[in-house]
Amino acid sequence: MPGKLKAKIVAGRHLPVMDRASDLTDAFVEVKFGNTTFKTDVYPKCLNPQWNSEWFKFEVDDEDLQDEPLQITVLDHDTYSANDAIGKVYIDIDPLLCSEAASVISGWFPIYDTIHGIRGEINVLVKVDLFNDLNRFRQSSCGVKFFCTTSIPLCYRAAMVHGFVEELVVNEDPEYQWIDRIRTPRASNEARQRLISLMSGELQRKIGLKVLEMGGNAVVGYLQCFDLEGESGIVVRAIGTACTLDKLSAGANANAYTHPNTAPASNACNSPSKDSKESPLAHGCRSTHNSPVHSTCSAQRLSQNFSVSVPTLIFAGMGSGGSVGKEAGPLKMLLRQQTQTALEQREFPFFTLTCFPPGFLVHVGGVVSARSVKLLDRIHNPDEPETRDAWWEEIRQEIKSHAKALGCHAVVGYSESTSICEEVCILSAAGTAAILNPRYMREGCLDIGSGDHRFDEPSPPSCGFCHIPYDELNMPFPAQLTYCYQCRRQKVPDVLFTTIDLPTEAAVSGKGCLIQARLCRLKKKAQGEVNATSISNLLPFMEYELHTQLMNKLKLRSMNALFGLRIQISIGENMLLGLASATGVYLSALPTPGGIQIAGKASGDLSNEQHVLSIQKRINDAMAKNKEMYHINPPELSEEAAGSPIPEPKQRSRLFRSQSESSDELSELDLSHGKKDAFVLEIDDTDAVEDIHSLLTDAPPPAGFYSCNTEVMPGVYNWTSGLQMFTSVRVLRLSNANLTNQSLNKIFTDMCENLLKSLYFKLRSMIPCCLCHVNFTVAVPEDELIQVAVTAVAMSFDKEPILEKLGDRAVFKGAGENEDQLQFPMELCAESASVAISNLTAKFTGVPEYAGGPSRATSVDYGSFADRCSTWLELIRLKAHTIRRGSVKTSRRTQSLARSVSSSERCSPLPEGRSRSLRSTRSSGGGGGGTAVTVVKMTPLSFLPGTRLIKYLGIINMFFIRETTSLREEGGVSGFLHTFIAEVFAMVRAHVAALGGNAVVSYSMKECVFMENPNKNQAQCLINVSGDAVVFVRDTDQEATPTLIHTSCGGTDGPT
Amino acid sequence: MAVELDVFVGNTTIMDEEVYQLWLDGYTVNDAVKVRMVSEGMEEYEASAEVVMSDTMDQYRTFQMCERLLHNPTKLANQLLFQIPPHRQAMLIERYYTFDDVFVREVLGKKLSKGTKKDLDDVSSKTGITLKSCRRQFDNFKRVFKVVEELKGPLVENIRQNFILSDKLARDYAAIVFFANNRFETGKRKLQYLTFQDFAFCAGQLIKNWTVGAVGESVFLYVLDNMVEDMDVDLDKEFLQDLKELKILITDKDLLDQHKSLVCTALRGKTKVYTEMETNFKNLSRGLVNIAAKLTNTKDVRDFFIDLVEKFIEPCRSDRWASADMRLYLTHYTNSAHLLDTFKYQVVWDRYMGVIKSCIFKMYHD
Repeated sequence: MPGKLKAKIVAGRHLPVMDRASDLTDAFVEVKFGNTTFKTDVYPKCLNPQWNSEWFKFEVDDEDLQDEPLQITVLDHDTYSANDAIGKVYIDIDPLLCSEAASVISGWFPIYDTIHGIRGEINVLVKVDLFNDLNRFRQSSCGVKFFCTTSIPLCYRAAMVHGFVEELVVNEDPEYQWIDRIRTPRASNEARQRLISLMSGELQRKIGLKVLEMGGNAVVGYLQCFDLEGESGIVVRAIGTACTLDKLSAGANANAYTHPNTAPASNACNSPSKDSKESPLAHGCRSTHNSPVHSTCSAQRLSQNFSVSVPTLIFAGMGSGGSVGKEAGPLKMLLRQQTQTALEQREFPFFTLTCFPPGFLVHVGGVVSARSVKLLDRIHNPDEPETRDAWWEEIRQEIKSHAKALGCHAVVGYSESTSICEEVCILSAAGTAAILNPRYMREGCLDIGSGDHRFDEPSPPSCGFCHIPYDELNMPFPAQLTYCYQCRRQKVPDVLFTTIDLPTEAAVSGKGCLIQARLCRLKKKAQGEVNATSISNLLPFMEYELHTQLMNKLKLRSMNALFGLRIQISIGENMLLGLASATGVYLSALPTPGGIQIAGKASGDLSNEQHVLSIQKRINDAMAKNKEMYHINPPELSEEAAGSPIPEPKQRSRLFRSQSESSDELSELDLSHGKKDAFVLEIDDTDAVEDIHSLLTDAPPPAGFYSCNTEVMPGVYNWTSGLQMFTSVRVLRLSNANLTNQSLNKIFTDMCENLLKSLYFKLRSMIPCCLCHVNFTVAVPEDELIQVAVTAVAMSFDKEPILEKLGDRAVFKGAGENEDQLQFPMELCAESASVAISNLTAKFTGVPEYAGGPSRATSVDYGSFADRCSTWLELIRLKAHTIRRGSVKTSRRTQSLARSVSSSERCSPLPEGRSRSLRSTRSSGGGGGGTAVTVVKMTPLSFLPGTRLIKYLGIINMFFIRETTSLREEGGVSGFLHTFIAEVFAMVRAHVAALGGNAVVSYSMKECVFMENPNKNQAQCLINVSGDAVVFVRDTDQEATPTLIHTSCGGTDGPT
Repeated sequence: MAVELDVFVGNTTIMDEEVYQLWLDGYTVNDAVKVRMVSEGMEEYEASAEVVMSDTMDQYRTFQMCERLLHNPTKLANQLLFQIPPHRQAMLIERYYTFDDVFVREVLGKKLSKGTKKDLDDVSSKTGITLKSCRRQFDNFKRVFKVVEELKGPLVENIRQNFILSDKLARDYAAIVFFANNRFETGKRKLQYLTFQDFAFCAGQLIKNWTVGAVGESVFLYVLDNMVEDMDVDLDKEFLQDLKELKILITDKDLLDQHKSLVCTALRGKTKVYTEMETNFKNLSRGLVNIAAKLTNTKDVRDFFIDLVEKFIEPCRSDRWASADMRLYLTHYTNSAHLLDTFKYQVVWDRYMGVIKSCIFKMYHD
């Protein structure tokens, strides 16, 4: 009996009228935990009852405490008939089980009914007395802290990072049980809500046990998902990163990350060429790349267990080997060995973190992903979740081998997802292959060597992570390498894709921007294995095209790296939707991206030439504009680096498909080594139409807006406390039955673009402002319906160019440039030339124009020898050749130092000092004061600008169902969903406030399943949200001092 | 292809004041979009009609969801559904309860009944205010009326506390409630020239001086003890009874002449319309005193304003008195009564004439 749960029902308010005759309510409350139920007295004829009940005491096992929610039901007493339920409140008492989190839950909770929504509020007090039991951790895992945040929480220090934890539990879905035929929708919804609440509790407990086994005390980056598999049940699965966290005292907090320069440096500068032992792995990687072919075959063999290993598009370079720091070689070997031993003990060296303590991340290889199409089996045994386990195991193995092939021991920024349609399910996993510093994985090693080794180390942290982890002589894929533009000692790829956040110490030029690739593919309706096979056949093409789009858009913005890459593929009955989002940045360590070269197929034709030229001009203009808009101004190159940062067309090597073989490619690459090569788009086929179309129609955000899908926007530092988290959902009905892939693509792209435009418009009052952590989710809820949901936070920042205070910034930032940023309009898609171009295109390529829109044809010329590629596979492999680098050199050491100073107060690059100049009036929280309701801020980020997080109160993980049978009366589908989302926010806020918190960080809406039946006037929606409840305090108390500190930091470190 | 569903929900509820006003003014979504498209600053955001439409729909939906709370403004502060900063809450409430003077002029003094509500479409077409807006304003009047009707204590304060309105708006509502309760006639042709603000001022005077709650501190305590209802809404019956005594001013020939000569002496040489004042003195005095004497009848209370206009304002206006003349005349008319030895009802006279004076000053437009 290791725990006593106590609950007290204090009062209710704003209750609904349950008795029409008196316009009043006779309310009482049932408090249930496990199988024990208590009742309050009936408080007659009142809409604001004061029960002031005794303490209801539940004596329970702590295992139950973890699994079960406290269930509070408010009812209306009826003498003659059955009592009517007004609504319920589920309270997760997990936060009370951890001594560091909340000690009491007390506050007003909305009374929620799955049919009527929120109906009044109830004031509840909950406490837990845990008895100290030596065997306490036998079955329960009380005390293990959970964090949704994918970085080390701000008031903790990672003593050790243990690694990957995963678990899943399955159960029958109450909605598909026989009893559902006879019970009310309300009963069914409540059964589901309760079940999922139980399952999450159980899952969390089980994960906690694993953490304890590993010797950890916390799970960071906890990601829990539901798979509603319909007939075959509900799967609740979770992954996370087990850590040992030490709480920092308030004073130590600020200094937790003051030594970001030390750790990576110790391992960073090594000669890749020495790692010959990696070569077999590298070969392995080639085959991983080819694996789609094998998979395709296997799909034909057994479609039920088809798994597509998606092209791991790691854009590293391919260059001639260099002779670099020979003495550094053995060091790298040593590091490898250390890391290996540390990581090899683990089955899966995966980390769900996206942001790391300084020094943790040594090298980044590239994105690794794997997808697998499965048929959900109808026979289902809840007690044996082995099938699902095996599925994920398989995928994780694949990811692991991908990472190995890239010469990496670990996968960071790892996540898993599913998309289900009928009985077909796509399982996806993605992460970033990386080499990690082993010190974090060994006990007690963290603090060793935290002294300042900056000057001893050959490679600064600002670029170390970009250096290739694999062996350049046996590269896993064809790519082009150059010496790092930062340290000049190590090889870097020309383009880097990752799923993690931009490391705080990274040297970046200019600002970042949200880059999206969108794709629709039609598919025939089918059943079972046929369906699975056709889906799995489509997948590689989609991945490939999404990557092509991403690459094109990245080039167009003159950027060379993607962070936070997230590719989502959703299945519907008759289509597949693909959406890739990432934040593009210009990494100073990587070469300047080359221009985009347009090539016509029939080069002899004069008018075609003109057409090509005009497109070329537009692309060049767009790139120039983008450079200005995102402030990408890498300093001019010194002589040692060949080529100039701004590519001139004449300097580009023109590569035509018909010209070359793969051997030519290599030689050409050698020739062009060090120059900024062209990325060639050839206008010749239909697919290319889409490419160029999407390339040139993406409107940049309006003046004053930036957007990214990572934690923070590189290049924006002076945040104010103005903050607005929002969720927006759109559903589009496709009316036309005869849609083509192209028109569907256009519809989908427009839908996303329009949604973004609407967001910019809505949030215009916050300008200058950045949409951070923009998270799109797409779904195909029904035939002919496309659903897009976005959750993000808009944060306003001060326009004053504080950046100029940092000396090195001023060097390459023209005076007044910061103001000018607003002056570059987005004319990309508005060019009047577009019509002419599209006409020409149509003429010369035979592509019919559709929908009156400009259809520009293009294709990626894959390293000039794509012509001989008859299969997509070859295209993919060759694609890697296409990315040339331009070149640029920058010595951005000072900048990175300054930045790492700014990150000293937290792991995300939020300079507290700069955000001091807050416009507190902007506070979206509303400033409080005068009202009884606590203002609760919500953000998908792990921090709140201008504040310090002083306490984590526990994880918020809530699942709600809402149903209506009077859709029209509730304002139609939009009215229904609007209310529901507002209610979900309200319930999250209420729970946080009751825990004593004033904000939710790392908030995410993980599920939003919307179903409607307008004919029956019905709709149903399921929403799952999660986040970390926290207490923050404003920084205003130390107004002046930190600013001074920062100035001085910039001053002293700047010249180093 | 059609947008089936389109929502935007912020953690802090986003409300655009301009759209809120359009919504309050009863614009349909389409009309509101048209207005917004041509309004200033739209080109800056390159807002297409589609984007503005989507935003307008969202906002309208939010307002509709909030409307329930606005009916009970005290709830808005402690509800949990919308996170709205307090100053925005105040704005929402204030704007929701703000009304058009043109509209209120049409229903002022009318019974706030279903019948009146049915006639709102006429009011709407007459005033050019959308029916939707008319209904909202009418329902607001009715809601405030219903709530304060059952409350004790000072009217303005009750309104301010229960509806969290600004002082000015609370006073206007007090006037509306007061007019509705006493059913003052305001719709007659002769009264058309008067604005709502004129009436609101008069109502304020009446509430302040002629109701039960108006009489001094001691009486106020007495009122609290006895829980007299509607202390600010109903006129002080005792006072109305006392007003009958003023009749002596016109029935007693000597008193009337004496009063006249006192006033005339004081006025002589000070105004251009002296002759008119002298000739009309008896008529005007009779008019004012008769109004006072008849106020015990509910019917005559209703006609209070029309009587003031017919018996006093119109004759003066036909003689082209300037406002200053009017002030001069009424001041001396009131003060001279104190000099009449045989006139004993000085207190009642002052209480009566104080209000009459300020009402007439307000109602007399040049």
